Amino acid sequence: MSRKLLSIFAFLAAFTLLMVACTGTKTIETVEVVKTIEVEKTVIVTVEVPAAAGTPVPVAPSGFGETLKTVQARGTLICGVNSQVPGFGFLDQQGNFSGLDVDFCRAIAAAIFGDPAKVEYRPVTAQERFTALQTGEIDVLIRNTTWTSSRDTELATNFVATTFYDGQGMMVRKDSGITDLEGLAGGTICVLKGTTTEQNLADQMAAHSVTYTPLVFENPDEVAGAYDEGRCDGYTADKSQLVARQTTVATPADHIILDVTMSKEPLGPVVRHGDDQWFDIVQWTVFATFTGEEMGITSANIDDIKGSTQDPNIMKFLGLEGDMGLKLGLGNDWAYNIIKLVGNYAEIYDRNLGPDTPFNLPRGPNASYLDGGLLYAPPIR
Amino acid sequence: MERQRTTPFWRDERFLQLLAQIAFLALVAAMLYYLYRNMVSSLERQGVITSFRFLSQTASFDIGEHLISFTRNDTNARAFAVGLLNTLLASFLGIVFATLLGILIGVARLSSNLLVNKLAAFYIEVFRNIPLLVFLIFWYGGVFIKLPRVKDAIILPGPTFISNRGVAIPWGMPTESSNLYWGILGVGLIVAVIVAWRLAWQGRRTGRTPLVGLWATLAFLVVAVLGWVVLPLAPFSLDIPSVKGLNTVGGLRMTPEFAALVSGLALYTAAFIAEVVRAGIQAVSKGQVEAAKALGLNGFQLLRLVVFPQAMRVIVPPLTSQYLNLTKNSSLAAAIGYPDLYSVSGTIYNQTGRAVEAAILIMGVYLLISLVTSLVMNWYNKKVRLVER
Repeated sequence: MSRKLLSIFAFLAAFTLLMVACTGTKTIETVEVVKTIEVEKTVIVTVEVPAAAGTPVPVAPSGFGETLKTVQARGTLICGVNSQVPGFGFLDQQGNFSGLDVDFCRAIAAAIFGDPAKVEYRPVTAQERFTALQTGEIDVLIRNTTWTSSRDTELATNFVATTFYDGQGMMVRKDSGITDLEGLAGGTICVLKGTTTEQNLADQMAAHSVTYTPLVFENPDEVAGAYDEGRCDGYTADKSQLVARQTTVATPADHIILDVTMSKEPLGPVVRHGDDQWFDIVQWTVFATFTGEEMGITSANIDDIKGSTQDPNIMKFLGLEGDMGLKLGLGNDWAYNIIKLVGNYAEIYDRNLGPDTPFNLPRGPNASYLDGGLLYAPPIR
Repeated sequence: MERQRTTPFWRDERFLQLLAQIAFLALVAAMLYYLYRNMVSSLERQGVITSFRFLSQTASFDIGEHLISFTRNDTNARAFAVGLLNTLLASFLGIVFATLLGILIGVARLSSNLLVNKLAAFYIEVFRNIPLLVFLIFWYGGVFIKLPRVKDAIILPGPTFISNRGVAIPWGMPTESSNLYWGILGVGLIVAVIVAWRLAWQGRRTGRTPLVGLWATLAFLVVAVLGWVVLPLAPFSLDIPSVKGLNTVGGLRMTPEFAALVSGLALYTAAFIAEVVRAGIQAVSKGQVEAAKALGLNGFQLLRLVVFPQAMRVIVPPLTSQYLNLTKNSSLAAAIGYPDLYSVSGTIYNQTGRAVEAAILIMGVYLLISLVTSLVMNWYNKKVRLVER
């Protein structure tokens, strides 16, 4: 009996020790955090005072500048991406990521490090993406994510800009004779779980009073696979994804994307609440690619233009004049690096979705405002 | 005794044991509270406030299969209930089929027929060694979804339609008199219980127990058939499925996702149950079997009267674990598109961003299901265990 008692006590003692050890390290950590915040504040002051040359130092909100500091200390940007949507975020058989979203990850890395390869890609599912961002597992989420009011507010995340104007569509078999949503009455529709697509489908079908059965999968490959096997009559997703998926079904010619747009889907990068500097960096990285196209600057001609330009706007953009980059907490050649190493928006688009790719997706609303599209960057000055 | 009474309470073993337990409980509680505070405060730092208000908000998504009516205008709480009922249905059917199949294979495993014995062994080894998720994905993506399209559906007499939209069979649709008929079935149940009780009493009195279950079932069936004949309007009309538009209409339709999940869970768990059954039967000492044979009992009587009642004592506790496993494994439904509790909750938490609250709800509900299952099985275990006189 006493031996049993002894073992209970021994266990208790070990447990208490463990607890103390845990709380001990925790307290130490908290102290460290407090310390780093203090240090950070001083660092921001010392960096910004000489850099901004006399401009009044703004009162930094909590979290201001922390993300950039973390990224720089780590030496890589951790970018939450898709790995299964060709043209946007796709992991190929050689283990390389490619796509429009992936190129924006590279652009941010180019702006920060002057090296687009300093990105660690973290494939996240539609379901876990916001949690990954909220918990700081990723620095920025660029994963064909739709900008909506509830995500912008409720999820404690901020959408910085639209990199692709998309709309939800519906793919059906040609031989089914379906031409509109009403034609899908009584049918089954394959849809990805945890997306605005799932909600839009319910909304649109209710608006058209069409009864249907949703079939929901967690993984885009499963959705497309079930549709391809004929388990579903329709496959709904953003049109950009449908175009990409149509190239991978067994017989692409047997399928047709209906001429209905079920929603507005502006896709763009997302950051956490609380770090306005990081928000600015990601936002102006996107705008820099727009501006590059507006100014006609490409990765091919940028060095020539840099050497010869007398246009003050271009000189500001390329960091030859002013201190735009320093204001962002980056080098003054941030925009030069983006265009030189990754390209302007037109180059990024053509590389991933343009005429030379299997998708050959017309630019439509994703053209620059100069060509009648929606892309419009605020001036860099 | 004398010494114990004089021991001061701080040296009293019973007191110290109690103290140790209280201290341990306090430590666990403190640890849980610390973790909870840590979570809440770190979420608050990110501007996320823990709240369950999202449950009363409009769900605004549709669910493919629902046992209770559900539209996009219903609340998230109702969506959660839809998922829970789907989980319960799949788990219940899975448990029933897994038990039947498991017992069959477990007995076959002990058969003296070499072919039967080896086939059962092969089945057990195959299913025990495939990860369930892999098996489910193969079973759904490689078998059920490869069935022909609706237009080319396999039509069996009945008519039963088999396609990759599911299996549609003729099914009774309740008519006006169906409520009355449910009442009659209730009466039938009461009659069956009375018959069973009476026969059992007679058995105790005479020492010759008749087949209680058989007679009780027969009594119930007699009432059920009589009720059907007596009612002027048949309580159920036969609804025959047919292909119309994009799908089959009418009858009872079972989707391939549901069928793949229930059969997959049953096939997988049956392998484990078979081993449990085999262990239980082998635990019955050889002398019991020999004694039964000496009394002239035939094979079926030997199993029913001597072996199984004793084997049950060994079988029931591990069987409970298998039931719990099956219930929890049903959450793999999300991988094959069946809207179970976990899958629906996933959608809810993604639409509302309430990951922590949804996770707490999911864990709580699975815990509740498991506890209820354990409770029932423990009650059954008490009933079958050795009564020592």
